[in-house]
Amino acid sequence: MTSTTSQPATPAAARRPSATPAVVVHHVDKAFKLPHQQYHTLKERALHPFRSNTFDVLQAVDDVTFEVAEGEFFGIVGRNGSGKSTLLKCLAGIYDVDAGDLHVRGRLSPFIELGVGFNMDLTARDNVMINAIMLGLTRQQARERFDDIIAFAELEDFLDLKLKNYSSGMTVRLAFSVAIQVDAEVLLIDEVLAVGDASFQQKCFAEFHRLKDEGRTILFVTHDMSAVERFCDRAMLIEKGRMVDIGEPAAIARRYNEINFRRAIPHLDGPGGEERFGDRAAEIVNVWFEDPDSVHVTELGHGQVGFVCLEASFREDVEDPVFGFVLRNEAGTAVFASTTDLLHGPTGGFAAGERVVARMRFENWLVAGTYRVTPSIARPGLGADAIDLRADVAELVVHGWFPTGGVTNLPHGFEVERS
Amino acid sequence: MSSLAETHRRYGPSAFGDDLRRFWSLTLTLATTEFKLRYFGSVLGYFWSLVRPLLFFGVLYAFFTVVLNLGKGVPHYPVYLLTSIVMWTYFTETTGGCVQCLLAREGLLRKMRFPRLVVPLSVALTAAFNLAANFVAVLAFALASGVTPSWSWLELLPIVLLLAALAVGVGTLLSALYVRFRDVQPIWEVVVQALFYGSPIIYVAAQYASRGGARLQHVALTFNPLATLFTQSGHAFIGGSHFPTAADAAGGTRPPADPLAIVVGTFALGLWVFHREAPRIAERL
Repeated sequence: MTSTTSQPATPAAARRPSATPAVVVHHVDKAFKLPHQQYHTLKERALHPFRSNTFDVLQAVDDVTFEVAEGEFFGIVGRNGSGKSTLLKCLAGIYDVDAGDLHVRGRLSPFIELGVGFNMDLTARDNVMINAIMLGLTRQQARERFDDIIAFAELEDFLDLKLKNYSSGMTVRLAFSVAIQVDAEVLLIDEVLAVGDASFQQKCFAEFHRLKDEGRTILFVTHDMSAVERFCDRAMLIEKGRMVDIGEPAAIARRYNEINFRRAIPHLDGPGGEERFGDRAAEIVNVWFEDPDSVHVTELGHGQVGFVCLEASFREDVEDPVFGFVLRNEAGTAVFASTTDLLHGPTGGFAAGERVVARMRFENWLVAGTYRVTPSIARPGLGADAIDLRADVAELVVHGWFPTGGVTNLPHGFEVERS
Repeated sequence: MSSLAETHRRYGPSAFGDDLRRFWSLTLTLATTEFKLRYFGSVLGYFWSLVRPLLFFGVLYAFFTVVLNLGKGVPHYPVYLLTSIVMWTYFTETTGGCVQCLLAREGLLRKMRFPRLVVPLSVALTAAFNLAANFVAVLAFALASGVTPSWSWLELLPIVLLLAALAVGVGTLLSALYVRFRDVQPIWEVVVQALFYGSPIIYVAAQYASRGGARLQHVALTFNPLATLFTQSGHAFIGGSHFPTAADAAGGTRPPADPLAIVVGTFALGLWVFHREAPRIAERL
């Protein structure tokens, strides 16, 4: 299941074949007591000696067991509040576990938050030294690696600038650079990559890959399924503190999407505030997405075929109405719009009282994200004479693994020829 | 580094950690950074750490000797005042700084694995840097005002070490308790006020006795280790009939063993409580 066969580049990794686990988590429990009311002063305690004993126990990590082999790129995925960050903090030695055993072999570098302990009033030079020592280097080692750290961050020209004069991107670069140069055998990465720009993220992932090839072990916490599928050898899904599944990244990503988006409901017929135009010669009564098997869906995989559908009920006779759909992304940009006028031609006459379902088939080349649909019925012509138009009434979550730079991923390929 | 990789280790946070070199390195780093930042951006820079106690001392001196005439008849009273103020400053800086130090370093504590005791110890160390700088001022002043150097000055070293042990003991205790009870801060502020007047700082222990407070003084010197340390430092640094040993000042009947026991006991108690609380500090903050 694991792919720890990559050739280890360092003597340390060569000496120790991948059979030995780098991280062992054995029936680990971690609970937090959440008092119903926080009693922080002696007087409150004296006045309410018993009441303060009532608290909820939040089982953040519940009997989790797994091992990560040396040199493995291991993903931990789960929704917000699923306990993955608590687990990571236990691994990082920040929280003590309530029960169970937890071992980490070798030096560990937590990328839980970059630049912790950076002081804005000090220069980059001072901050690098302090941060390196905080992360576990000796003064001597920190001095030796100083040049490498600055070179990786590409900040040679800004060494003696105070950190408060750095841009946030530069600060992150510096912090990442220090953390990566600590030379840890085990790296814990907690969504720190969300901060940098795209090229920096690319550089980070390239660096993680280099470290992995050197035989380092990487634990990666995220809810970016595309990253899990691209980088991890193995992944674990955690939900409400319990391990739900462990295995192939693709399978884990599917489970994650199931759990995460199953409950997403289209907000059709929601309470007021909906934008709606038209003379209402016909009314759009229902809007939904479905898959090729005519099953209603609220999420669709990238590259799959889907249908967006509307059901309308006619109050008057209408000749050749035009049915149309507009898909908007989270930013409100119309990423796709089409009508029967463009592709289907005249739709025929409909009598009052008739009900109709209009479907638009599409290949889903949208990138991962949430999309809302605006269905419309209009009188023939330019489409400006709306019969009924209901803005953003249904939602579709697209999940996929292919992040391109744009709003769609057109089916494409490359050819490079020497001329 | 390779030796680290040979062993499985449990990864819970603790007070002392498992690498003493790293422990010390971290403490030193945090302390020097704090020291660097203190007078950061001021024109005089580090010079302030020398000037500040002298100016502070000047104010107290003017008030207590010129206005209140407290040191009347005590030779080198100003030197004693300065010495005890410098030591007192170290004590309050350490203990007062320790109270909220864990909260101030919350970001580090919640995001990184390092020995928890580093945080209060770095506060004590920063204060020690200031103490060292202040002692330069004390020495200069003492020599200028005609105190003759003597071998007994060396006795100041163990006195300062005991003072540091007391301050660290109280400091670690307060910092660990503050995580659970935020009341620690106002309470400690009041205790500090009481200690200031309950210790021979602006007055001299012997002088106090001569005004008929012998009984009280005996109690103070027995139960307030600061009183013992200040009095003994006066004896070591200045000497003479006005500055008897702490034992003599306490009545001379027995050696001041009790204050010593209090210092050692406080130190041990502070570290023990901190050690017990250390694994849960990050989540309780």
